[in-house]
Amino acid sequence: MSRVAREIASIAILGVLVVVAFTDASAQAMHGLPLEGRGADTTPNRRVGRPSVGKEEYKRYCAGCHGDRGDGQGENTQWIDPKPRDFTQAVFKCRSTPSGTLPVDQDVINTIRRGIVNSNMPQWRPLPAQMQADLLSYIKTFSPRWTAEKPGTPVVIPVETPVTTESILRGREMFQKFECWKCHGTEGRGDGPSAAALTDSKDQPIHPFDFTTGTRFKCGTTNADLYRIFMTGLDGTPMASFADNIKGDQGWDLVHYLRTLQPLRTPESTLWKTWLATHAAELKPIGPGTGGR
Amino acid sequence: MRSTKHMLATSRLLACALVAGASAIAAAPAAATVTHASDTTSSSRSAARTSGDASDAYRAYIASIQNGEPAATASYAATKVKKIPAFARKYGLRCSACHTVWPELNSFGQQFRDNGYQMQNERDTPIAQSNGYIPLTLRVTPQFHLERATKQLVDATPGDPESGQAERTLTSHGFDLSGIDIWTAGTLWKNVSFVVLLSGDNLGSFGFEAMHIRFDNLGNTPWLNLKVGKFELDNLISEKRFLFLSDNGGSYQTYHFEAPGSNVDFGLGDNQIGAELSGHSLNSYTRYSAALLTSSDGDPGSENFSSYDANVNFSQAFDGGKMGVERIGAYAYLGNRPTNYQTVDGEEVPGTGSNRKMFYRAGLAGDFFLHRLEFLPLFMHANDNAYLASDTPNNTPLLAGARDASWNGGFLETHYYINQQLVLLQRVETVRMHQQAFSDTPSTLGNVDAYSFGTRWYPFMFSRAGLAVHGEYSLVKTVSPGQLPSDGSTVNIWTSSLLFAFDFDF
Repeated sequence: MSRVAREIASIAILGVLVVVAFTDASAQAMHGLPLEGRGADTTPNRRVGRPSVGKEEYKRYCAGCHGDRGDGQGENTQWIDPKPRDFTQAVFKCRSTPSGTLPVDQDVINTIRRGIVNSNMPQWRPLPAQMQADLLSYIKTFSPRWTAEKPGTPVVIPVETPVTTESILRGREMFQKFECWKCHGTEGRGDGPSAAALTDSKDQPIHPFDFTTGTRFKCGTTNADLYRIFMTGLDGTPMASFADNIKGDQGWDLVHYLRTLQPLRTPESTLWKTWLATHAAELKPIGPGTGGR
Repeated sequence: MRSTKHMLATSRLLACALVAGASAIAAAPAAATVTHASDTTSSSRSAARTSGDASDAYRAYIASIQNGEPAATASYAATKVKKIPAFARKYGLRCSACHTVWPELNSFGQQFRDNGYQMQNERDTPIAQSNGYIPLTLRVTPQFHLERATKQLVDATPGDPESGQAERTLTSHGFDLSGIDIWTAGTLWKNVSFVVLLSGDNLGSFGFEAMHIRFDNLGNTPWLNLKVGKFELDNLISEKRFLFLSDNGGSYQTYHFEAPGSNVDFGLGDNQIGAELSGHSLNSYTRYSAALLTSSDGDPGSENFSSYDANVNFSQAFDGGKMGVERIGAYAYLGNRPTNYQTVDGEEVPGTGSNRKMFYRAGLAGDFFLHRLEFLPLFMHANDNAYLASDTPNNTPLLAGARDASWNGGFLETHYYINQQLVLLQRVETVRMHQQAFSDTPSTLGNVDAYSFGTRWYPFMFSRAGLAVHGEYSLVKTVSPGQLPSDGSTVNIWTSSLLFAFDFDF
């Protein structure tokens, strides 16, 4: 083996080890979050979209499901559950804006990047930022709402409160009080008494989120993403906005409790397991006619 | 001994000259096997060959023109299946979601592959699919092709071997079949993926072009994935997913080039057997791989067991804004081949090779977009140890004057996507000997220049099947020994292919 060859091999192997070591450290920092949800970065995309270019890319990536006319009637729609978004209605699940309003551009960009878990909407992370902007600009041409209305004002997410047992317990009480269990089930499995009858705004059956699978959420991965969902609701689904009912830190309490339902090693679940080991008998069961704690 | 390889190749190739038509196509791999394999194991190796081994066909082709023989011809159409409508059916995406035009991957398709054929939407495992779904696809390419080779030595009077030899330009053409690839791939469970690719030539002889299992996202990080089995090297510019199909254009000369006289049986484009550790960023913009491979050039049951090669790749992509995703990378393959074997009654015992000598291939590659224009440049520097380059067993003195052989090669391939269903292709390629194994060998012997252009039109685009109407012309000039090799003269042999095909998969 020549000297040059040995040097090439040494450098290459060293490079691989450095990359792995560095990136594994990054992965450790993300521990507790499902891999699939990472990297759905919310880096602002301020590029100006070009509808004419977006039209071509839409045909390439989107039309098979969302349809050439954006009406959610692509060639694959008949096989897909849940059904693809109907862009002609301009109703979007994942927004940072109040229920009933149009999302800001970044909301749609984020959805393109992270996809929708438990659906056929992939994570289009590798698409260049310009292409994402082009796609968005073309999607907007399907509904007159985009020209007649302005996007809503994004909901402000307050600074997260500390994760404490008391916060989790308050969240559990809210889970009971707001009857989240009716859809999501008493253990968060998505099997509440109302679950089987739920439909979306197009009368298609829809399933409540099952927290016990440990997957990312429909609209994000982080605690802030979950908080935002309470405040904005998922338009077009039975998941309403609780912005009028949940104030300030209460939202974080609910977030902290819901985290304990997931089979992930999060600060919430660690704290909760420790507390449950000695206090489980103090809890009233979640469900009809009970009071939570 | 290996010194007889060209004589053997000559006899085999003459036996399956162009006049034999389709049979010559199938015979090419077997002839190539003899060309560069140990004589004692040629039969077993031949049995393991498939139409999917580009180097085999390439060796037949290059050996023939270097020896002034009629070039055996074959289309590579069925050896390039790396587009799986089964995935499109599974996920409801059009082919274009993962392919610039199939079978070439785009950045999203690359990420999907890197993820272990997973979209990571909790719908990947078989249990999430309909019971009726089977991840199976096949690809075939009925075609018309014309092959021409200049300065081929044939009997001066046909049928009269005593009449001496004369140089002629040989041409053959006709309708033909490509063979078939039958591929299944997908996930066994979350983060456990697999590929089995059964490849058959146009006479129905089958072999496994790929067969591997992959454990994805080890430790819950995309940076650690382990693949074991037979697989394509992690080349930035894939020869398995490229868009050329003809005999002359259907493989990268640079990937399969062998220095005159060398016995290194290796092709960078060939699938190899081994284990590969790989990783990538979440969007697959940063990628690496490191593989440990049996020194067999992908042949199962090889006599070169107990010997290992290594391959490393690294690439980085950038968001090029309106231009697209731009990627650049480096690669290195370090191989070795035994020069001696234990013998029984003079016959080599497979797996007992010793006194290994090294060779390497290393270089840079890129994939650059200027909106609808894609550039695929590659550079390679290659070196074979003197023992390998001069085909000298290590238990005999190195022939006087023998030294390492080295060469440089590269190509620039360009695609212009008129739209998502029509692409224009061209590729210019060159290989230049830098140092011959013997100083008295003409310095240009073996040099190759190649040019290919063509077009592919995809009449429809949806998520169930694919059809491409393919047209291609390819021209290759190879510097070969003259009619009297002893005088050190060389001749330029031109070979060309014209191909019209219907390339479809389902």
